[in-house]
Order: sequence, then structure tokens, then C-alpha cells
Amino acid sequence: MGTILFLIFFPMIIAFILLVVKADKGRDVIVIGAAAIIAIMSIVVAIKYAAGGGEYFSFDGEAVNYVMMVIEAGLCIYIIITACKHKKWLAALFAIIQTPLVMWFELTKGHGIEVESNMYVDRLSIIMILIIGIIGTLIAVYALGYMKDFQHHEDEKGNKDRRPWFFFVMFLFLGAMVGLVTSNNMIWMYFFWEITSLSSFWLIGYTKTEEATNNAFRALIMNLLGGLGFAVGIVILGCVCNTVEMSTMLLIGSVYGDLIAIPAAFFAFAGITKAAQMPFNSWLLGAMVAPTPTSALLHSSTMVKAGVFMIIKLAPVLGMGNFAGLMTMMVGGITFLFASCAAISQVNAKRVLAYSTIANLGLIVACGGVGTAGAVWAGIMLIIFHAITKSLLFLCVGTAEHHIGSRMIEDMDGLFNRMPRLAMCMIIGIAGMFLAPFGMLISKWACMVSFVDSGNILLVGCICFGSAVTAFYWLKWMGKLTACVQGEESIETGVHKTETFVHITLVVLVVLVCLIFPLMSTYMLVPYLEVTFGGLGGGIMASGNMLIMVIMVAVIVLLALFSFGKSRKPQVPIYLAGVNTGDNRTYYGSMQQEVSFSLRNWHMEKYFGEKKMNVIGDVLCVVMLVYGIAYGIATLVFWMGGAM
Amino acid sequence: MSKAYVTKSPWVVHYDGSSCNGCDIEVLACLMPMYDVERFGIINCGNPKHADVFLVTGTVNEQNKDVVKQIYEQMPEPKVVVAIGICACSGGIFKDCYNVLGGVDQVIPVDAYVPGCAARPEAIIDAVVTGLGILQAKRDAMVEAIDAPAAIEAPAAPAAASAPSAVKYPPIFTMAEIKVNAELYKK
Amino acid sequence: MIKAIISVIAFLVLAPFVGGLLAGFERKLAAKMQRRVGPPVLQPFYDVGKLFQKENMAPTRFQDFYVILFVVFIIASGVIFFMGGDLLLVIFTLTIGAAFLIIAAYSSNSPYAEEGAERELLSMMAYEPMVLLTVIGFYMFTGSFKVSDIMAGNAMPFLPMIGLFVGWVFILTLKFRKSPFDLSMSHHAHQELVRGMTTEFVGRTMGWVEISHWYENVFLLGFVFLFFANGTAYGWIIGIVVAILTYFFEVFIDNCFARMKWQFAFKSAWIIAIVLGVVNLFVLQLCFMN
Repeated sequence: MGTILFLIFFPMIIAFILLVVKADKGRDVIVIGAAAIIAIMSIVVAIKYAAGGGEYFSFDGEAVNYVMMVIEAGLCIYIIITACKHKKWLAALFAIIQTPLVMWFELTKGHGIEVESNMYVDRLSIIMILIIGIIGTLIAVYALGYMKDFQHHEDEKGNKDRRPWFFFVMFLFLGAMVGLVTSNNMIWMYFFWEITSLSSFWLIGYTKTEEATNNAFRALIMNLLGGLGFAVGIVILGCVCNTVEMSTMLLIGSVYGDLIAIPAAFFAFAGITKAAQMPFNSWLLGAMVAPTPTSALLHSSTMVKAGVFMIIKLAPVLGMGNFAGLMTMMVGGITFLFASCAAISQVNAKRVLAYSTIANLGLIVACGGVGTAGAVWAGIMLIIFHAITKSLLFLCVGTAEHHIGSRMIEDMDGLFNRMPRLAMCMIIGIAGMFLAPFGMLISKWACMVSFVDSGNILLVGCICFGSAVTAFYWLKWMGKLTACVQGEESIETGVHKTETFVHITLVVLVVLVCLIFPLMSTYMLVPYLEVTFGGLGGGIMASGNMLIMVIMVAVIVLLALFSFGKSRKPQVPIYLAGVNTGDNRTYYGSMQQEVSFSLRNWHMEKYFGEKKMNVIGDVLCVVMLVYGIAYGIATLVFWMGGAM
Repeated sequence: MSKAYVTKSPWVVHYDGSSCNGCDIEVLACLMPMYDVERFGIINCGNPKHADVFLVTGTVNEQNKDVVKQIYEQMPEPKVVVAIGICACSGGIFKDCYNVLGGVDQVIPVDAYVPGCAARPEAIIDAVVTGLGILQAKRDAMVEAIDAPAAIEAPAAPAAASAPSAVKYPPIFTMAEIKVNAELYKK
Repeated sequence: MIKAIISVIAFLVLAPFVGGLLAGFERKLAAKMQRRVGPPVLQPFYDVGKLFQKENMAPTRFQDFYVILFVVFIIASGVIFFMGGDLLLVIFTLTIGAAFLIIAAYSSNSPYAEEGAERELLSMMAYEPMVLLTVIGFYMFTGSFKVSDIMAGNAMPFLPMIGLFVGWVFILTLKFRKSPFDLSMSHHAHQELVRGMTTEFVGRTMGWVEISHWYENVFLLGFVFLFFANGTAYGWIIGIVVAILTYFFEVFIDNCFARMKWQFAFKSAWIIAIVLGVVNLFVLQLCFMN
């Protein structure tokens, strides 16, 4: 209990300290120290609670409720004022509706609801805390070096140094995330949910350019819409089931699945907006204007993971074959397919990463929607692998951007020679994203099995076509990185030490997690699933297969150690129809003129154009969402009519 | 000496120097069902890095001499060069043109010459098949160079690369008018 | 267990011979279709033997590493298959193998190799859905992803999975890289892309790539065999005969068609996967899942 509260409040205290510390050196020390403490504490929490499988804490919070309410009201007023200032009426509108709605509920109906335990920690929260505590803080450490370079560019433009604010929001975000994954009281969760929405709004709008502000508001509006769904869900849950606790809700859900499906649909809707599923994916793409650590944070350990965490929590209810489950799994599946397709046509590395995040989150959302033990196993594995590899990739792209001056994939020609260490980190990250035996593929496999078991053939089709497409866009990028271009000098010396440290740590984590995932499965996931689902009912990957996967990773690692780049064969120029000038990059054209060439990948704009994919995906997902929400409301009206 | 597989699977790369296409047509005729050189395992692979036999038609001139050299260098040992047609053998009627250097042997060592204008398919096949004997000998020389103690002291790869050109074979059609540039040949 | 070990060893030892012989007969058949004599049946073995006797060279120090991984994983996928392992695992292992070949081609930064790699990526994207759908079809029909369980099943999957079978035979053309889909590395295409992906592989490296293809071909035909496995001797015979016939059918197609554009390869493979694959899965679900 104490340790959990520490993990919520400590980052927030650090956040406030960072707000006043202006000197680079002081900030470096505080951030690195705080990151180490948070990481260690999250491991302590994991060790403390993992064996017992978790605990519920009553943590009587009458006073806390009022404090939260006051803060919420303050935030609501802040949003309304800022929104009006920028003429973003929609944001103001959503804020005006939802906060009073929740407050009204709390003061009237909610006041009478007895809350047994406000907070809890179970194995899923432990996994989330580890991700937040380790990956999140690593990103903060990385941001130290990155933001120095970033500010350097800003100084040239004459913009003032707003880094204290940046780090303030970052740590606030981490604290709020820990709060979110340990709240059992839905109202508390809603409170933290709103803080994360607002934090991402601040981070995206950090540079204060017009584009950044617009995109920040887009993110805010979409997340407030999700928050509205959340608020409505709480009200329905409180009024219909007379509880505001997640645990009680799931308990009732196991008996009255159809009843709980109504608030669950609203909560899932909130999760879908936060997880940037179609049609809400544009906010995550817009978030790319922010400095890269922001993207890394939003994509890997916070924000979008809050959305999928919610859906994974709801999985037992969604998995009972109701409309809410169908809505969630189809939105996830469709998003996976179309976001993967859209990634092919992208040339901007960060946008490729963004679409890949959206696609993978789609897969997790679909897993939650399927809601069987096997699917949830796959979903949680995806959360873990995705957090590590995606943060690694973002941080690599960030460093590359500062050194080669571009975030376009096609400008990464010869990165293997120009920045060998960085290129290797990226290659490992990409391998981790799609290639068996590395992480993501294991979970994708488990997804496939559970989708087939769920009997939803359309979903199976989505994953089959989606995986084929995924391999295409990752491999072409990986190919670009592995290409050896002669005559390039290494320009890697200028990379900040903190950045290199974070890259290497994440690479080690990627490989380590691939090697020990069977252990994670046995000691963390399986016990969690047994408690949540009351038994596994099959669907978990056979241990023999896991072993083969681990052996494969080991083989690749060992072969890499012994033979990577160790070939003794004489090196010869490549074949260029007999007119290679000898440097492999130019040839003799007509009149013996030297012509240089460079190679470009296929983007297949005609087939996988971003706009086309988004329109189709949006339409299909909206149809599913309207179906889910309308069905929920109709059922609610029907039940209430019956009650009258 | 073990039998070299190279004699059973000679893959060819064909380069047209500045031929009038007469000989090229004949080369292609060899690959067609009528003459079917695939009987001998011959494939036109179009890539010097996979090829064992280098077929050159036409003269070598200032424009293409580097190309011929580079294609030759990019072929892994053991390899043979067959000059096809009188132009490739000696420069033919273009011999005295201002930009023509002469036959292919002006820039790379040639192992077999096929005269004729255009060279007949039978003669081309005969030259390639004879080239197989040269391939075998070059392979043997490679193995020897690697096995020989002297070669072990020296870096192995250059030894293997330089060994075959030291072994000399008479061209199958010895022709009076072909003057071999002795210095280039030694290189 | 012992049975699994024996079949794995048999695969490791025999597959290159079977694969090489099939390739030899293939060239013979092609020659006969063109009224030629053609090379000896053992020609593929001579070719590989020759490649191993050539001088070694490579464009970069890194290419070999990727090629080694390609060979290891292609063989591993066959091993898992003949061990009776999980079909999805087999497919994923095969995919890594294919991925490393593509990476090996990319690593040279040669325009011809890259063009081949790019086209290979496209063919991968074209055939992958059908492959996955076929595997899922087996699962829906027999209730297991394990090859050993599918082999021991007591009903022949062929008729209920006929759509998937046709789709599988269709994408085999892509997997074997035969015309009309020999986009990425055919030696018939040397005018446009030299030798595609394999352009920069010399001697020994190229030899290993050839041997892995023999392994891969045998294992892909093993998939065809699975459609007929019903645990009886007569299922075995039909399976083997059909597998061999399928191979020569592919050769026949190869010799009857010109190379098509990649657009056609991509569109047709996906349309077939949707029409034959997904629809067949729906039928399986209606008939067998309830």
C-alpha cells in the first residue's frame, strides 16, 4: 500500500521540483536519481505483491474524494478557459458536460454507494507498474539529452526554454498512470484518466506552434469524448448496479453479463478513444509534432496503454458473447488491418511507427473483445513487448533525426555505416516488432489462435491479411537499415551518453524479455488469468512451442555474436552491369560521365494510400461503434422500461 | 586430382562488345532447342558473379574496354573467356578503326577463339566444351595453389586468383593473324 | 517420439536429394516440352557442386550472416514440420527464413538485389494471407495445429478444404518462384533484374541458397500431402502422388506462361485468398465448428 502510494506521489513531487529547477545540471541529477528510485520501487512492488497475487486496499477516502473533485473542477475550468481562448468549442462542450455529470453523480447517487476497496494491485497492475516504472523513466532519462539538442534548435528560433514544464508533465504523467492502473474505484480511475488526457494535451502542444496547438486540441477533444463515455459508464454502473468498483462490476458481470455489458460498452468506448483506434486514430498521428520522447511515452508506457489496460480489464465481461465484446473486437480487428495497410504508404519513420502502434493496439483491443483466457494472455504479452520495442524504436528515430537531420525512412540510407550502433539498435527493435522468434510475433500467434477459437472468421481474415502487410512495411525499413553503403563515415560520436545508455538498456530488455517470456507466462500471466477467468480453458501456447521460440532467439543471438560481420571472404564491388566506378554508389553513364544512384523502397500509394485506408477503416469502425453504443442504450431503455 | 564439377555445369555470361549482332544471334541459337546447350549443363545466367564462362562478341574499343575488364574481374575463379567471331578474336574488319583496340585479348586473357563471321553455333559449342578442359585445369591449379605450402604463407586468396592465369593453353583455333599482346596476357 | 526423430533425420538427409532430383526432373520436363534433350537429371547437383568449388567473394562482411540465418531457419521450419510440430510455428519459422534472405539481398545495396528483394517482399505479402488461412483451415477441420494430429486424423481434409487447396496450389507458384510469378530471382529474368535477390551471392553462398530451396520445396509439398492425410496407407499414397503431381503441374504452368506484372501477382493472390480462403473458412465453421 505504502509503496504504491509512493509510486503515485513521488513522481508528482519530483514533477513539481522539476518545474522550479532551471539549470541543466540540476535537472540531470534529479531526473536520473528519480528515475532510478521509481524503477527500483516498481520492482519492489512487483516482488512484494507478485507472489501473493495482489491485494485490495480499502484506503478510506472520503477526504480524498473531495480533493479529487476540487482538482477535477479546477481542471475542467482550465480546459474550458483554454478551449475558449483557442476557439475549440467542442473541447469546452465535452468538458462542460462530463465533469459536472460526474460531480453530480458523486454528490447524489454516488454518495450513498458503499465503496469497499478504493485501490488494489494484482498481477496485471504489477506488469503495468513495471512498464511505467522502467520504460517510462528510461524515456525520461533519454529526454534529458534529447531535449538539450531540441532546445538548441529552439534557441536558434528564439523560443524560450520550456523544458522544466516538459519534465513536469512527464513525471506527472507517470504518477497518474500508476494511479490509473491501481484504482479500483472507477471514479478514481476516471480522475487519473482525465489527468493523463490533459498531460498528453500539454505534451503534444509543447512547442506552441499552430500545428502543435491544433493537434493537441484534437487529442484533447477525442479523449474528452472518451472521458464522456467513461463518465456515462460510471453513472450507468452506479445507477443500475449500485456500485462504482471495478472488482464488483466484474463479479456481477460473471453472473449478469448482459446487464454489465451496457456500462462495459461505454468503458470500452473510452478505452477505444484512448487507444487511438479508428476513427479516433488521428489524434495519435497528430501527436507526432511533439518532441520524440513525448511520442515514445505516449506510445509505449502511458496514454494509449491506459486505453488497452481498460479493455483488458473488461475482457471477462466482453468475452461473454455480448454486443460490447463484438463491438470491441471488430473495432480492434478492423483498425489492425487498415492501420497496417496505411503504414505501407508512409515515408516518415515516426508515422510508420504511429500506424504500427495503432495496429498493434487494435490487436490488443481485439484480444480484449474476444475476452477468452488465451486472448487476454496474448493481449498482455502484446502490451509488454510493444512497450519495450516501440519505445526503443521511437528513441532510435529521435536520435537519428538529430544526427541525420531527417525522420524520413528514405534518408536513412547507409545508416548502417553512418551510425552503426544506432542502426543495430533499430534493427533489433524492428525484429522485435514483427519477426518470429522475437516478442510481438509470439503474441500475434496467440491472438490468431484465440481469434479462431472465438469463431469470428472476419476477425481471422483481418489478422491474416494484416500480418502479411505488417511484414512488408517492417522488412522494407529493416532492409534500408541493413544496406551497407560504402564510403560513409561514422557520425556517431555526437550522441549523448544518456541516449546511448537508454538504447542499450532497451535492446537488452527486448532480448531478455524474448528469452524469459515463458517464465513471465508461468509466474505472472497464468496465475492472473486463473484468478480472473477461474481457469484457463486451454488456448495458452504450448510450452514446447515456447521453448522452440526461446531456442531460436538464442540461436540468433549466438550466431550474431560469432559470425556477424566476421566473414573473411574477399570483398568485391557489386555488379552494376560492368560500369561500377568502384565505390558501389556511382557508375559510368554515357560519355563516361559518373552517375550516382540511390535506392528507394516501394510505398504502393495507389493500393495502400493513407487517406483511402483511413476512410474505409473509419466508416467500418463507426458502424461498429454505433451498433455497440446504440444496442447498449436500447438495452438500457428496455431494462428500465421493464423495471418501471 | 578430383573431377571439377565446373566442367559439368558451365554457366555463361554473354557480353556484346560492339558486334553487329550476327554472332549474338548465333550465341542465342545455341541456347535454343535446335542446339540445346543445356545438354551440357550450360545456362545463360547473365550475371558475372555466377558465371564460369565469359562469351564476348564484337571488338573491344575505348568505350567498352573497362566494361569487359570489370565483368571479367567480377567472375569468381575458375573462369574461362571465349572470344566469339572474328571481331572478338582480332578486331576483324574493324581492326584499323580509330577507336578499336582489336580483339578481346587486348584487355583480358582469352582461352578460346571462335573465328567466323558470323561464328557458327557448332563452333561456339565446340569452343565452350573445349573451354571445359581449361576450366578443369584451372580448378586443379586453384586446388594446388591452396594446397601448396608456399601458397599458405602467402595470403590464400590472391594466390588462388593469380594461379590460373599462369597456366597457359593454346587457343583451340590458332590463327596467324591474331597477335596476342604478351604483356597483357601475363597480367 | 522415436517416430518423430526418425522422420526429422530422414528429412534432413533425404530432402536435399528429393528436392534436387525434383529440380532435375523439372528441367528435363521443361526440355521435353520444348522438344529438347535437356540436361542430365543430376544436373542440379552438379550445379551446386560447382558452386561450392568456386572462389569465395562477397560484397559486404555482413551478407553471410543473414544467409546463414536464412539456411538455418528454412531447414528448421522443415524440421518442425516433419517432427509433427505446430503448423503456425512452422509458418512463422519459414517467414523468418524468407525475411533473412530478403535482408541478405538488401545488405549488398545492389540495385538488382534490392529490386529482387522488393519484389520478393511483395510476393510475401501476396501469399502470406493464403498460407495463414490454410493453416487455420487445418485447425478448424481437425481441431489441432499439430502436424502429427492432422496426420492421424481420420477424415481426409481435401474435399472440405478444396477452396484452400486450390488457393494453396495457386500461391505455390509464388513460393516456388515460377512463371507467371517468378518476379524476384528467376534466371529467365536476367534481362530485367540480372538474378534478382541472388545477384550478389557468389559460389558457396549461392550453393547454400540452392540447397535451402530444395529443403523448402520438399516441405511445401509436404503441405500438399497434408490435405490428403487421413491416417491410412491409402491416404499416404494419394498424398504423395498428388504432391508430386502438383509439383509438375507447377512446372507445366511455369513453361506455359510468361512472367506477369507484380500488380497482377498481388491482386490475384489476395482475391483468391479472400474468395477461396475466407469463404472456405466460413463453410468449415458452419459444418465443423458447431
